[in-house]
Amino acid sequence: MPSQIVSLVVNGEPREFIAAPGMTLLAGLRESLGLTAAKRGCGQGTCGSCTVLVEGQARAACLVAVETVAGLSVSTLEGVATGGELDAVQSSFVDNFATQCGFCTAGMIMVTEALLDRDPDPSEEDVAEAISGNVCRCTGYQPIVIAILDAARRRREERASR
Amino acid sequence: MAMLRGRGYASVNYPTGMNLGGDPSQALIHATTTGTFVISLSSVDLGQGIKTITAQCAAETLGLPIENVLVDTADTDTGPHCMGTFASRGTHRVGNAVIMAAAEARGVMLEVAAEELEVDAGDLETDGTGYIRLKGSKEKSIHITDLALAAHFKHGRTISGRGIFLKEPSAPVPETGEMDPDSCQAHACTAAVVEVDDETGVVEVLELYNAYEIGRALNPAMATQQVEGGAWMGLSHALFETVEPYYPSRDHGPRDFGEYLMPGPADIPVQHSLILERPAASGPYGAKGIGEMTANAPIPAIANAIFDACGVRLEAMPFTPERVLRGLDALRADTATQDAGPA
Amino acid sequence: MTYRLAAIDKSSFAAEREDDFTVIGSVVRRSDALGHVTGRTEFFEDVAPPGLAHLKMHRSARHHARIAGVDLTEALAVPGVLKILTHADIPNNLYTPLKLIGVGPDDEPILAVDKVRYLGEPICAVVAVTEAAALEGAARVKVTYEDLPAVFDVEEALAEGAPLVNEYHGQNHFIYEGHHCRRIRFGDVEKAFAEADHVFEWRYQSAPIEQAPVETTGCVVIPQADGRLRIHSDTQACFFTLDNTALILETPFNKLRIVGGTVGGGFGGKVDVVVEPVACVAAMMTDRPVKFVYNRYEEMQVSSPRAAERIYIKDAVMDDGRIIGRKVTLYVDSGAYARHTPYGTTKAAAHLPGPYSIPNVWADCHCVFTNRTPSSAMRGFGVTIGDFALESQMDRIARALDMDPLRLRLLNAYRDGDLKAHRKVAEGTALVEVIQKAAEMSGHELPEAYRRMSSLTREGL
Repeated sequence: MPSQIVSLVVNGEPREFIAAPGMTLLAGLRESLGLTAAKRGCGQGTCGSCTVLVEGQARAACLVAVETVAGLSVSTLEGVATGGELDAVQSSFVDNFATQCGFCTAGMIMVTEALLDRDPDPSEEDVAEAISGNVCRCTGYQPIVIAILDAARRRREERASR
Repeated sequence: MAMLRGRGYASVNYPTGMNLGGDPSQALIHATTTGTFVISLSSVDLGQGIKTITAQCAAETLGLPIENVLVDTADTDTGPHCMGTFASRGTHRVGNAVIMAAAEARGVMLEVAAEELEVDAGDLETDGTGYIRLKGSKEKSIHITDLALAAHFKHGRTISGRGIFLKEPSAPVPETGEMDPDSCQAHACTAAVVEVDDETGVVEVLELYNAYEIGRALNPAMATQQVEGGAWMGLSHALFETVEPYYPSRDHGPRDFGEYLMPGPADIPVQHSLILERPAASGPYGAKGIGEMTANAPIPAIANAIFDACGVRLEAMPFTPERVLRGLDALRADTATQDAGPA
Repeated sequence: MTYRLAAIDKSSFAAEREDDFTVIGSVVRRSDALGHVTGRTEFFEDVAPPGLAHLKMHRSARHHARIAGVDLTEALAVPGVLKILTHADIPNNLYTPLKLIGVGPDDEPILAVDKVRYLGEPICAVVAVTEAAALEGAARVKVTYEDLPAVFDVEEALAEGAPLVNEYHGQNHFIYEGHHCRRIRFGDVEKAFAEADHVFEWRYQSAPIEQAPVETTGCVVIPQADGRLRIHSDTQACFFTLDNTALILETPFNKLRIVGGTVGGGFGGKVDVVVEPVACVAAMMTDRPVKFVYNRYEEMQVSSPRAAERIYIKDAVMDDGRIIGRKVTLYVDSGAYARHTPYGTTKAAAHLPGPYSIPNVWADCHCVFTNRTPSSAMRGFGVTIGDFALESQMDRIARALDMDPLRLRLLNAYRDGDLKAHRKVAEGTALVEVIQKAAEMSGHELPEAYRRMSSLTREGL
């Protein structure tokens, strides 16, 4: 099977690159497009550090063959802040001390973006469920859960004030 | 079949620094022309936060806002030696080295300020907002930016400092084990509340009450991160983790996070944490190393709580449902034997 | 902000503290948080030099075997394979973790020579233009083995006639200055057992534990314009990695430069210097940037875990709860090689008999070689498993005496001025206070006399 040119819409911009057969979305983002926020923690879909959104759905980019998402819209952490302004999830993670080593953070934030897009007022159980595929070895999860609940509140307040 | 509740305790201490010492770390600090102080290190941040803690130590020592401090670390061409991030040594060793470097730089800073203000350096103080001023005077002061510019372009002075911390190496006496292993000891006590399902053997940790004595919480939010994340790891070790589940057999080793289990966000207990501070004479602003200690007390506290709940004494880690069930079976067999009377 | 903040008790040692700080003790935002939440923090694997080659290891499929032959023919034929390194390509093919502090012998080949001593031991390193080609090449290396008897249990390894694991040591344990183990000898435990009202002896066991940082161990080595090598690494210790790598490469130390310091979790798993030396050799031999990063399987099963320990504790106890003697026999499973386990075993000895003042202490702490993945540092190195055993032991004693487990601990807790078993005078102790506070927090009532105890004095005992 020869390499092929793949077109995606990444963070709102059309992007094209040459993909070798079997190339994962994670490799495409990191190696071909230089978007390195998504991390390779396991390459097996079991740690969640490479989570990105495909058409708004959280996906483990290490398990997605790039040709299967050709033409689709992909969102990564690089596209979350707008004009240098952190969004509610990002600022909530900073303020709530929800980061330590930072390696799981990109995946945690992208899962949260997908969660809050479908449910602006999640319960603590909903949050735990949403991040259950994302491994954090530093924090013990509690600060992350608090940050996500706080982010949901901030986002609801932002929407209400608009 | 029942859910059995129990409570267990454990108390521990933990040494700060590489065992037996001999593990130096260095820091260099210098002011830029406009009064930013750059700390050069080769120390590693694993997420424990040394980039932030060293900036706090320097800002406090210099008497300047933390915004005036940058940390440049972990390039062996530009940063002086650090033994590494392990052995609960980073904050203690590197913090001390940074304080020593910053104190030297502060001395030069005050000397130059004394010349600029035409007063005695001993009469000067820093106010923490960026000004160096004559004690008790509002008028006689100079901002660090003006001071650094003057030092560079007028006085030809470098506002800089060097720091190193070394606990001298100690060798154990082979016959007796006499030795000087540590710089100080941190302390912790855990009370764990668990629930044991006597049908499945599954243990759930409901609450952890933790009291930690850590010398000084240099940054209370980051200290909280360390102690609570550490307690989670202790719980994880206690109930789930091993790469050789049937040790010493090498079989059935997990290969990924699907097989190597750890408690997820829905499995975490309520943590009640309290920090005590008994400043260590050798510590930077009294701080002791806490990175490692925090995982330790929960493990035996959970083992003891499981015994309290169901009478099973687990002598092998981790405390898997299989081990709990085998323990319960053994208890039931004992009871059955006793009920049957002497053979 | 809603961040969690553990309460801080300022009453316990009020006389020893000062509080006139401006920055110390205040909540300062993490300086790295902004980079983490925007994805701009640069970890070693985010470095992507052009022409990057990938290194993958062919590893032992046996626990203990003589290598009869290595056939690289098929592996070299894989398109994209640039080079396959064997032990002959490594200038000084022995790890040197403790050499610079004078502890020997060096006992572990970087790439296996004539023998493998654990499942997963590296035999040859395949360097290729793509990761897929490197993996394919590594899979096509053919090694023929002659199996040797293996030993997996620490006490079996020390028994007469056990298979010899590591010829560099010549016996299945590390030698501490002429002794077969690290010893603590303080007072007279046998006399204590004779005088005790009760003697309790129990056994404890742990299994190896993985550090499991979310970022796996690895490095990217980039040849520089001046002929030096720049090593982007997630090591926990930059200069330690530099020095050991140079010793293995037999190059001047200043040929190497480590750039790191931003690491996706370590927990002790990134202090062994296992990826950098072979990646540097590969970069020098291919004259290209080379990446060597563990996959999750390697991190779980091949990288050094926390050692398994077996611990026997025998205590001499009086009716009133005073522990007057403690004898500990500890076996630390070092796996096939020493790594940092001799150090960790000494640290374990220094920790005994736990945070209690016991007048008679005897300990033999053995660092034992077996045919498993070498163990090394992990958070709580030498202490965590000992604490499991010691604190389980305290609970069992309390139950055997029908005593409150916290009162038993308060009665025996070390205080300022006490002489520890390693003959250092204790200072800055606070065990009494953390026990009192944990009791208070969890609603465990202590009698007045126990609430009044202090680490500063032995009064009231």
